[in-house]
Amino acid sequence: MSKPLKQIHLAAHFPGVNNTTVWSDPEAGSHIDFSSFAHFARTAERAKFDFLFLAEGLRLREQGGKIYDLDVVGRPDTFTVLAALAAVTERLGLTGTINSTFNEPYEVARQFASLDHLSDGRAAWNVVTSWDAFTGENFRRGGFLPQEERYSRAKEFLATATELFDSWDGDEIVADQESGVFLRDAKAGAFVHTGRHFDIEGRFNVPRSPQGRPVIFQAGDSEEGREFAASSADAIFSRYATLDAGRAFYSDVKNRLARHGRRHDQLLILPAATFVLGDTDAEAAELAREVRRLQVSGATAIKHLEFVWNRDLSSYDPDGPLPDIDPNTGDTHISKGRAQVRMYRDPLATAREWRELAAANGWSIRDLVIETGNRQNFVGSPETVARTINDYVQSDAADGFILVPHITPTGLDPFADKVVPLLQEQGVFRTDYEGTTLRDHLGLDPLPRS
Amino acid sequence: MSPAAPTPSSSTAPTSELHLAVALDGTGWHPASWREPTARPREVFTARYWADLVAEAERGLLDFVTLEDGLGPQSSHFLDPDERTDQVRGRLDAVLIAARIAPLTRHIGLVPTVVATHTEPFHISKAIATLDHVSSGRAGLRVQITARPNEAAHFGRRAIPRIEAYDSPDARETVSELFDEAADHVEVVRRLWDSWEDDAEIRDTATGRFIDRDKLHYIDFEGRHFSVKGPSITPRPPQGQPVVTALAHDTVPYRLVARQADIGYVTPHDTGQARAIVAEIRAEQASAGRADEPLHLFGDLVVFLDHDPAEAASRRERLDTLAGEPYTSDARIFTGSPAQLADLLQELASAGLSGFRLRPAVLGHDLPAITRGLVPELQRRAAFRRGYEADTLRGLLGLARPANRYAAATA
Repeated sequence: MSKPLKQIHLAAHFPGVNNTTVWSDPEAGSHIDFSSFAHFARTAERAKFDFLFLAEGLRLREQGGKIYDLDVVGRPDTFTVLAALAAVTERLGLTGTINSTFNEPYEVARQFASLDHLSDGRAAWNVVTSWDAFTGENFRRGGFLPQEERYSRAKEFLATATELFDSWDGDEIVADQESGVFLRDAKAGAFVHTGRHFDIEGRFNVPRSPQGRPVIFQAGDSEEGREFAASSADAIFSRYATLDAGRAFYSDVKNRLARHGRRHDQLLILPAATFVLGDTDAEAAELAREVRRLQVSGATAIKHLEFVWNRDLSSYDPDGPLPDIDPNTGDTHISKGRAQVRMYRDPLATAREWRELAAANGWSIRDLVIETGNRQNFVGSPETVARTINDYVQSDAADGFILVPHITPTGLDPFADKVVPLLQEQGVFRTDYEGTTLRDHLGLDPLPRS
Repeated sequence: MSPAAPTPSSSTAPTSELHLAVALDGTGWHPASWREPTARPREVFTARYWADLVAEAERGLLDFVTLEDGLGPQSSHFLDPDERTDQVRGRLDAVLIAARIAPLTRHIGLVPTVVATHTEPFHISKAIATLDHVSSGRAGLRVQITARPNEAAHFGRRAIPRIEAYDSPDARETVSELFDEAADHVEVVRRLWDSWEDDAEIRDTATGRFIDRDKLHYIDFEGRHFSVKGPSITPRPPQGQPVVTALAHDTVPYRLVARQADIGYVTPHDTGQARAIVAEIRAEQASAGRADEPLHLFGDLVVFLDHDPAEAASRRERLDTLAGEPYTSDARIFTGSPAQLADLLQELASAGLSGFRLRPAVLGHDLPAITRGLVPELQRRAAFRRGYEADTLRGLLGLARPANRYAAATA
């Protein structure tokens, strides 16, 4: 007997501050107006997606001491947008990235518990750590945490927030108008947490929310990040949306679960993925090339090279050869507030490799950045894309995908209209929501009352 | 009555229009309010409950609602927690409630409470800017401090000394510092709102630039309590500056109102007191160099409203009996009919108040009494609007959209 087909999980990432968003497209709308978020969320809900995802930024990125001006810049507050979206959707999960470095557990736990109440059980939290003093300059705490402290704080932050979520059993509110008993338990919400990063006590003032606590996402890829996810997360927002890398990551992380006393199905692996659809595979491939050229303008290509060279390359021609000077390996990096900077740990080696690639293929600077940068993950006709996604999921490269369109806010529409029905026909994606909470959509067990 | 028939007030001199807000908290401001049949105490943690209340306020054409909040459970003591089980305990985050309601309403202003003492001005600034974006220009905030040691223990970052006697020098120093910090907090929030010029997003395909970085500004705030670099991550909100409000009972908070607010809520118990408070705040405003800027002063009143004043009085007595003690408040407690309340508001307004924030004793009863009793009464007296005449909260309040301080500096 063949293995039963896995059900695919799909979610939508509102495209924001990154160079994959093609803001120059005439169809591109506002990334700030609520109408954009509402359109995007309604499309995701119409397609019966599990959830909508919002990223976070806490300082505008800079390059060479100046605010980076080539990509979409600026975004609204995550909690506020998600709460407003709860009013224009009924079932769609609402997931937000909230960092554990520049927030305090009491406040974040209140906000997520409130969001879970206000959305009838649809809240999820992507727990991340912030990386630098550059971001810290916008906060009272000012400082930042050394790399080795960040996960330790994140772990304790989540554990503390969980203690707060669990400080109410869920049946304390009696509200008996006759007898005058509002609370069954005078100590509802009482907590004491003593730890390395947090030493707090008192009473949590939000009663237990519909899901008990938000669904927990984790997005880091380091060894500590994987362990953190295996021990504490319900889902991972990974970056491995290719078959081989996806399978390697999937098996590595799922194999860690048993050590933490958890089942294989208690952690979902959901890579972020981009897509380009065409009527035919050839048309989609052509379109994908065009999108790449729009994503990587000449100016963007030069700026991208500067991440590695760590010096001003503005005098170079993007349509010309790569610089023959070596990268600056000094401590202070020209680019601030970007996660990508950490991807090039050995800039001299990267520069050498890129020069060789460019020389061998006859690539200009822009060609190189287009060819070596992020390609679209799923390119093809709706049939091809549906089949590929299903293959990836059935062969355990992922449990589903978090789709990032390159157009705001209509970029998800073609996927919803053309790909989702094919997945539904194959019986691998829901035709309607079966439950009401995000935990229901993700197939996670309900949480026991504490 | 035919439309042409004279009304009792039509012969008197035209009255200027008042602004009206309601303060929403739990099931109402009386601690036993949740026991009234109209109270819906089991629904206080649902969106539907708040949506219904704000819809009622909007039907009454009110300027805005405020939403109370706090970083700890409610308590019957001013500074300490209690362990009472006979009153509403627990509340949702006020900014999130406001955001949840915003898409369901069109005209009414939404003014959540934010606690400056333990929150980050950067987070508050982008949250209120976003509330303004999701409500198309109807956001405000009510800034509040907390001197409660138990709430400080929820954060564990600072100890707040317990205030033993309110008029001791130590207490004065603690409270003054918290208000100074709140003033810095609002200053940071306001600078962040201006840190993007309105036309910073250019989408210039010719040069590939999405924004004009010269129209984004570091705020470089350095204060005694914290420093913040900026710019904001969120573009300038539709109102430019959402409406900043604060409740004030004494000179120190009056100073915060005078320095940083667009609306101050004050608690006079009679017209003479109202006049004195207004004079004191205006003097503070002048010494803060803001004499020419509009600053609304609203009177706060707790209200028990019934067509028959005796009914209002007996309702108050019934609630007091349930609570086990007479209800007291920092604000004047009004008990009576809508017409009597209209008289009182007009009299207090003559002392220089431009509006009122009413705190319904029982939301399920006194809020509709305001919207369906008081509002028509004030309309008959030509003292309240008959329709929403502006799209933004600033517009409703007669406040112009402020110029951007940084744009002015570079122009």
